Amino acid sequence: MKILVAVKRVVDYNVKVRAKADGSGVETANVKMSMNPFDEIAIEEAVRLQEAGKAKEIVAVSLGVAACQDTIRTALAMGADRGILVETDAELQPLAVAKLLKVVVEKEQPDLIILGKQAIDDDANQTGQMLAALLGWSQGTFASKVEIGDGAINVTREVDGGLETVAIKLPAVVTSDLRLNEPRFVKLPNIMKAKKKPLAVLKPAELGVDIAPRLITLKVQEPPKRQAGIKVDTVAILVDKLRNEAHVI
Amino acid sequence: MSILVIAEHDNAVLKAATLNTITAASQLGGDIAILVAGHQCGAVAQAAAQVVGVKKVLVADAPHYANQLAENVAALVVSLAGGYSHILAPATAAGKNTLPRVAALLDVAQVSDVIKIDSVNTFVRPIYAGNVLATVQSQDSVKVMTVRGTAFPAAATTGSPASIEAVAPVADAGLSSFVGQQLTQSDRPELTAARIIISGGRGMGNGDNFKLLEDVADKLSAAVGASRAAVDAGFVPNDYQVGQTGKVVAPDLYIAVGISGAIQHLAGMKDSKVIVAINKDEEAPIFQVADYGLVADLFVAVPELSRELDQLKAAG
Ligand SMILES: Cc1cc2nc3c(=O)[nH]c(=O)nc-3n(C[C@H](O)[C@H](O)[C@H](O)COP(=O)(O)OP(=O)(O)OC[C@H]3O[C@@H](n4cnc5c(N)ncnc54)[C@H](O)[C@@H]3O)c2cc1C
Ligand SMILES: Cc1cc2nc3c(=O)[nH]c(=O)nc-3n(C[C@H](O)[C@H](O)[C@H](O)COP(=O)(O)OP(=O)(O)OC[C@H]3O[C@@H](n4cnc5c(N)ncnc54)[C@H](O)[C@@H]3O)c2cc1C
Repeated sequence: MKILVAVKRVVDYNVKVRAKADGSGVETANVKMSMNPFDEIAIEEAVRLQEAGKAKEIVAVSLGVAACQDTIRTALAMGADRGILVETDAELQPLAVAKLLKVVVEKEQPDLIILGKQAIDDDANQTGQMLAALLGWSQGTFASKVEIGDGAINVTREVDGGLETVAIKLPAVVTSDLRLNEPRFVKLPNIMKAKKKPLAVLKPAELGVDIAPRLITLKVQEPPKRQAGIKVDTVAILVDKLRNEAHVI
Repeated sequence: MSILVIAEHDNAVLKAATLNTITAASQLGGDIAILVAGHQCGAVAQAAAQVVGVKKVLVADAPHYANQLAENVAALVVSLAGGYSHILAPATAAGKNTLPRVAALLDVAQVSDVIKIDSVNTFVRPIYAGNVLATVQSQDSVKVMTVRGTAFPAAATTGSPASIEAVAPVADAGLSSFVGQQLTQSDRPELTAARIIISGGRGMGNGDNFKLLEDVADKLSAAVGASRAAVDAGFVPNDYQVGQTGKVVAPDLYIAVGISGAIQHLAGMKDSKVIVAINKDEEAPIFQVADYGLVADLFVAVPELSRELDQLKAAG
């Protein structure tokens, strides 16, 4: 089986992002960038399937600026075999990412595509579902367990009431939730090895895809700040305040 | 203008999140139709017909809609989409699973997690774990969007009944099938609908200690939630998780116990009306958003809270 994994370069989850003063976007100059945490989980799952003898080749794909090569190298260091960067400075929205990925998928013919359930910058939670729709494939989103069977996989999904299991036909799209696995730490020798693994660079124009944004961001702003309240000394005072001041109990 | 809202239900009960979505639809203006796709879901259609603002209920009843498989529901929505200017679903696990598929098949963008409607094509949505709000304008002919329930009040269910129409199912795509589910059983209110929530974090130490919170929850008719750390550690099931990548809640009262207040957790609860934090570390970031902070060991404070609530009750 061949697995394709989408890995996105995002502002590191530890960074507290701020809106630019003029409201034109968020401040991303000089902030730490990392692989989207859900995509680390996606790569880890692919590598585990390969280690279990269930997958032959893993291709990591990223879309965006040249620096996404770093993200791909991280994926290669975790165990992916080769990388593809669809390089563009243009703003890419989920529909455009899904359309570009579809063209890559048509070339690469993977049996399984794993994406993160959501990117922690835009929090869209769309790309995997859109890609599955465009390909006419099945989808197993928010996965916390993936079991490969014959021609189909069982995906256990995190849903609002608990867990649900669906059987989806291959080829399929899976999106990773937090508890699918715990990604490994990358070891130094693997970082060195990753530098020698192949990484192809494509341009959206070569792929013949219209990537024009469908949503225009008019402005971004920070939500009103919540004021810190008071410290109370005892549980009795707390209960009194909740009862007689806040009127919530 | 006409709007199609996708109902969230389990074939028996119309889920509350649908009511919030209908309020958002009403703010757009125009006729609202609601789609109930399910199997033997007549009771849901009846309930949907009572919601104030709903003009028409469309029912697609077929075995392959019983479990809301995205492949089948999306194909159905697309078959009905002609003529609608907006297609809305709650930003729940089910809505997030299906709606992007609908958008892609219609070749339009999806606007995720809408929290405010500025006009028929301009919406506000949180990004970066809610640290920033983006105002976006859709250029598409059909606006496909998921709606964050906490941002809109529930529509009333006291309307004069709307008409109910059966619609033809689309053939089973045969791509996926339902195997089973493990739903958390609880007599307490659902997290996203509760008026009071008490949540525990890593500080709880183990799953057994959540009994302390359940005891308080029962006295307050509250729901019990958790941080990701508590869920990852296996203290409680995944559906307890509040936060950027869990559930977003905005109750009247949110009590955070043994939770440090990471931005990913705050993203899920910082719009609560009143926040209480109980944490032994006075530097914990949760205190920066708490209306009432108590620096204390939770194993002392929570049982005491329980006793105080008993006294309140006894005093009437
Ligand atoms: C220079 C630039 C400026 C931008 N400015 C804005 C802006 O002002 N406002 C705005 O709304 N958006 C902006 N974007 C786009 C935004 O950052 C997101 O890339 C886009 O909206 C996709 O949303 P998402 O990643 O949340 O999708 P999701 O659907 O949440 O992503 C889910 C999964 O899809 C995969 N995936 C998604 N994108 C990629 C990718 N590029 N490469 C590889 N895998 C991917 C990953 O596996 C990810 O986990 C900009 C992008 C660029 C490059
Ligand atoms: C991609 C991604 C998504 C995430 N999504 C979410 C999400 O949706 N929701 C979420 O919650 N987190 C999420 N996280 C995790 C988040 O970053 C934090 O790691 C997590 O919220 C920490 O949980 P905690 O506060 O319970 O644990 P900790 O940060 O370990 O805090 C425990 C607290 O308990 C206190 N404590 C310990 N013992 C006691 C005692 N006896 N009495 C009183 N206080 C005590 C400590 O002082 C401490 O403040 C996400 C992270 C990533 C990378």
